[in-house]
Amino acid sequence: MTVDPLLEVSGLSIGFRTERGTAQVLDAVNLTVGRGRIMGLVGESGCGKTTLARAVLGILSPNARIEGGAIRFDGDDLIGMERERLRREVNGRRIAFVPQDPYSAFNPLFRVGDQIMELMKWNSPRRAKRERALGALLTPYPRQRYRADKAAALAMLSEVQIPDPERAFNKLPEQFSGGQRQRLMIAMALLTKPDLVIADEPTTALDVTIQAQILKLLKSLAKDRGVSVLLTTHDLGTAYEVCDEITVMYAGQEVESAPIAEFFANPRHPYTARLLESLPNPARDIHEIGGEIPNLVFPPNGCRFHPRCPSASAACSSARPPASGTHQVVRCFHPQPSRVRMAT
Amino acid sequence: MTGFGHVARQLARDRSALLGLVLVLIVVLAAILAPLLSTHPEAVWDMSPANRLKPPSREWLLGTDRMGADIYSRVIYGARITLIIAFVAVGAALLIGVPIGLWAGWNEFWIGEALMRVSDVFLAVPQIVLAIAIAQTLGPSIENVILALSITYWPWFARLVYAEVRALKHETFIEAAIALGVPKRRIVVQHVLPNVMSPIIVRTSIGMGFTILTAASLGFLGLGAPPPAPEWGRMISESREFLPEAWWYALAPGLAIFAVVMGFNLLGDGLRDVLDPRLRRAHDR
Amino acid sequence: MRILALIGKRLIWFVPTAAGLIAVVFFISRVIPSDPAALLAGETASREAIEALRSKLGLDRPLLVQLFDYYRHLLNGDLGTSLFTTRPVSEDLLARLPATIELTLAAMLIAIIVGIPLGVVSATRRNSLLDHGVRVATVAGLAMASFWLALILQLVFAMDLGWLPLQGRITGFPPPAVTGFMTLDALIAGRFDRFGSAIAHLLLPAVTLAVPALATVVRFTRAGVLDTLEKPFVTYQDAIGIPRALIVWKYVLRNALTSTITQIGLLFGILLAGAVVIETVFQWPGIGTYAFEAILQSDYAAVMGFTVYAGGIFMIANLLVDIAHASIDPRGSHA
Repeated sequence: MTVDPLLEVSGLSIGFRTERGTAQVLDAVNLTVGRGRIMGLVGESGCGKTTLARAVLGILSPNARIEGGAIRFDGDDLIGMERERLRREVNGRRIAFVPQDPYSAFNPLFRVGDQIMELMKWNSPRRAKRERALGALLTPYPRQRYRADKAAALAMLSEVQIPDPERAFNKLPEQFSGGQRQRLMIAMALLTKPDLVIADEPTTALDVTIQAQILKLLKSLAKDRGVSVLLTTHDLGTAYEVCDEITVMYAGQEVESAPIAEFFANPRHPYTARLLESLPNPARDIHEIGGEIPNLVFPPNGCRFHPRCPSASAACSSARPPASGTHQVVRCFHPQPSRVRMAT
Repeated sequence: MTGFGHVARQLARDRSALLGLVLVLIVVLAAILAPLLSTHPEAVWDMSPANRLKPPSREWLLGTDRMGADIYSRVIYGARITLIIAFVAVGAALLIGVPIGLWAGWNEFWIGEALMRVSDVFLAVPQIVLAIAIAQTLGPSIENVILALSITYWPWFARLVYAEVRALKHETFIEAAIALGVPKRRIVVQHVLPNVMSPIIVRTSIGMGFTILTAASLGFLGLGAPPPAPEWGRMISESREFLPEAWWYALAPGLAIFAVVMGFNLLGDGLRDVLDPRLRRAHDR
Repeated sequence: MRILALIGKRLIWFVPTAAGLIAVVFFISRVIPSDPAALLAGETASREAIEALRSKLGLDRPLLVQLFDYYRHLLNGDLGTSLFTTRPVSEDLLARLPATIELTLAAMLIAIIVGIPLGVVSATRRNSLLDHGVRVATVAGLAMASFWLALILQLVFAMDLGWLPLQGRITGFPPPAVTGFMTLDALIAGRFDRFGSAIAHLLLPAVTLAVPALATVVRFTRAGVLDTLEKPFVTYQDAIGIPRALIVWKYVLRNALTSTITQIGLLFGILLAGAVVIETVFQWPGIGTYAFEAILQSDYAAVMGFTVYAGGIFMIANLLVDIAHASIDPRGSHA
């Protein structure tokens, strides 16, 4: 679908060791994010989208096991990269992070400005690669760079519409509203001039009235800077607002991937078709998808949606359907017919 | 409230808690079976000056003290004294402190705060000093030690219960019960008390350890059970003038104290992990 | 502002609490069967002489009168006169204070400097060999009778090995008293041999006191760090590439220290009020031995004076803890 992808996840499988057994949270997942593109990763709670995001960031919890697959970012193998290097070169610098709950992401006891400058100290684009840390606690913050970085930070705060950035710097996280905190997070993410921003359900914790604002802001800032975004969400509406492309996940498997317009006009996977149908529509009764999401410790074989799928056949439970199509990719043995005659 | 069986099973998975339980049981059994376990039961109370200050040997497992009595047997019998003091003192502190805490915590008017200030008074001076003053006033005996310890320990229970009850009062289910017109007494007994049990149990176990140490300190200072009672603290005090030659004299009773306090502390920690996740400090396997 | 409000609130509660405390101890001490007047007068004194002495000491008036008299004197800063040293109690206490402070500071210094880092490392390397060792050691440290530990240390280091002195603050002549802290005074006077002796004498009692304090600091720090490590900001800071060492020692530690600081405050309070048993074992001439002797000798004024002192110490310790909390956690102080 995309030429020269920035981020390429191929065949990624991740299991979580729990008391009840190993949960197969991701099953050979493929995902591609193009340069300068905004990719929406959509799915219900528990579908694995957050796990995927965390895998890219390298912040999986200790009981997670990468069982197979690869994550390639701009030519680098992220899974194989040793942690030190990942933290130093990638985290915060080339891949930025906007978390779900902006309140808990801040340290409540330190001023916002101090936390922003801490981020800049280690990740600012002005930081020379050669700058070695003596010991994290003893490394100084060169004066000149500090001043330049602070100016950039204050400018960014204005851009994300935080009133009176100078005063804001001295405030504690608790003194900001939820929406403001998320703007701060977005500012922090973009300050380091990353190539990719991973936003994990960035508006879920916010009031509905503010969600649209934040999303618009994120989109415009990203587009201005040509930064790629990987946005996870359970809300199709959010995806529609912001994303260029969308990938749908179900129970640890990605099932469909398409540009946004094609996706909404012509969903091909039975699950995504039903997802769209189940969106509340005043013109008709509520449609629901019968059944429940599967237990990930003992997941269904093959395509994990098959127990609930009206189009399922024997083939669906024996093997996972391969990806078919290039522009609009679907993994299904019985996809909905394509309504658009395109070169697929 | 979790059933007893559930608690017991979870506790069984915690190795250090089990170790604690074993230690406590050993000491309790030693106390109960003292006549059977000691090698010289008669010699505990009698004097045999000819045998004084003999080092550990076959006959005197832990040596003899300045009166010629077998230290091993005295330590075993001493377990009785220690455990009686601990159980009764902590029990009394419980029986005084918990009702006071419940009452003060439940009732809104200022008397609750005032009572807590009163207990603050008891907490302002270190327990040992207050205990010394009381024991000194009333004379050295086991009963007075128990009295002194329970008087100085009840505030801990009272404050604990008071804080818990205050917090619970704001819980929705309690407010619901009040709104439904459930009589106050029933709410307290049926709803509040079970929820307060967990911290009380944890505090009791840890309190046993502290109480035993304080009691031993009192004995060490000469304010505990008078001689020839085989009180561990006093035995250590007696040993001082015979050091460094009679090293066994100081070692044995101290190790006994160490073992039983360690046991109660480990048990208390384990109980805390199991019973009250709110109090719990990150469950370790 | 917040801090001033804290101090104000504390002061208001201090008065009734202190008054109550004094009253309680007052009545307890008056119940002591022994009669200091008789003891003072001596064994051969006649009954009239004893009565006269008692009257002179004001011991024959009604208890309540004596109590309020005491309050009155207290407000003037007069803690009464020791029945046995015949010096004002306040003088006695002041003379003994530096010794206790020196010991307390030494013990707490060990406990804090060793304890907090140990707690942090134990938490970050959870379930490692080090962590298990530390946890066992802390439980053990809290299970030992301190006087027994003192004895064992004396046995090994003073008697058997002869490395350290047995008792007292110093061997030979003390350095000229400037601060009352023999270690400091020795340094001020430039006498390093005196300094060495003072340190050597300080070592065993300080270590003995430090063991339970250290264990407590380690436990609470470890628990606090473990709790804090689970907070989302830790993951976030990891994700944005902040060095792990910085996350732990700068950001996590600050959040984790709340309960530890409370404990440290309590420990200071307990130690400053006089570690009676340890001071007795090591013959350390501090407040602890003073209080103990006073009680044994039924020295009313001294016992009362000590009580007022101890109560005051605790109030100050609690206040300082609250102030420390307020400085560490600035939340809630802004509009």
